[in-house]
Amino acid sequence: MKSMRTPLKKVRYLGSAKEGADHFWKQRVTGVANLFLGVFLVWLIVSLLGADYVTARQKLGNPLIALALLGLILSGTVHMRLGMQTIIEDYVHEEGLKLAALMLNTFFAIFIALVSVFAILKLSFGA
Amino acid sequence: MEATSGRGVRPERPLSPHLQIYSPLINMVMSILHRITGAALYAGSLLLAWWLIAAASGPDYYNYVLSWFATWPGKIILLGYTWVLMNHMLGGLRHFLWDTGHGYDLKTIDILSWGSLAASFTLTAIIWAFAALGGI
Repeated sequence: MKSMRTPLKKVRYLGSAKEGADHFWKQRVTGVANLFLGVFLVWLIVSLLGADYVTARQKLGNPLIALALLGLILSGTVHMRLGMQTIIEDYVHEEGLKLAALMLNTFFAIFIALVSVFAILKLSFGA
Repeated sequence: MEATSGRGVRPERPLSPHLQIYSPLINMVMSILHRITGAALYAGSLLLAWWLIAAASGPDYYNYVLSWFATWPGKIILLGYTWVLMNHMLGGLRHFLWDTGHGYDLKTIDILSWGSLAASFTLTAIIWAFAALGGI
């Protein structure tokens, strides 16, 4: 059956994903969060230098520190995924390769997030 | 006129000059560095995750991982990691300011670019001085 839709109707709204501002804004919001949480991370690591395992473990199991670390991991992995997405879109022009790279990027960010969150939760709750 | 709406054979037109044509300006170098350091931190997230896993795994594996970080290559990587993080954070701050539409006159651009580069080295030195003095 012949389509009743005009060619214009078929392509309208298919142009852009309409997510440009969303990407931009998330990059900024997570960037602000990372600024504070990054300073926290540097403080945490420097304060743990030379500490033995029991001390380190106790500190990492502290609820406030665990919460800040969780925040850093979540905000950081979202931020780095968006950043790498931009890099891929800038340099990888072959459609199939680009799709694969974008997908790998998402998998990598989620992998880092899952593994780190699991470790932090284990430090807080685990035996 | 020759101009067509992108249909048919495109006439050969000169391309606009790209990076290799320009002599490097500090704002351009810092912009490129911002992207490179971002990519480096992307890879560096593996080290952070590794450290957290080690801490969650127990004393043996934690000490094993720390012994890796304590080697000379390990220390150089961590020193680089520190500078990359500082540079990217300060670059982010610079871009936040530019996002608001301020700081676009040439002199301010130069000051911000050179300033964030200098500050990234200074902060790295301060952090490692603290580390060398045995923590906070």
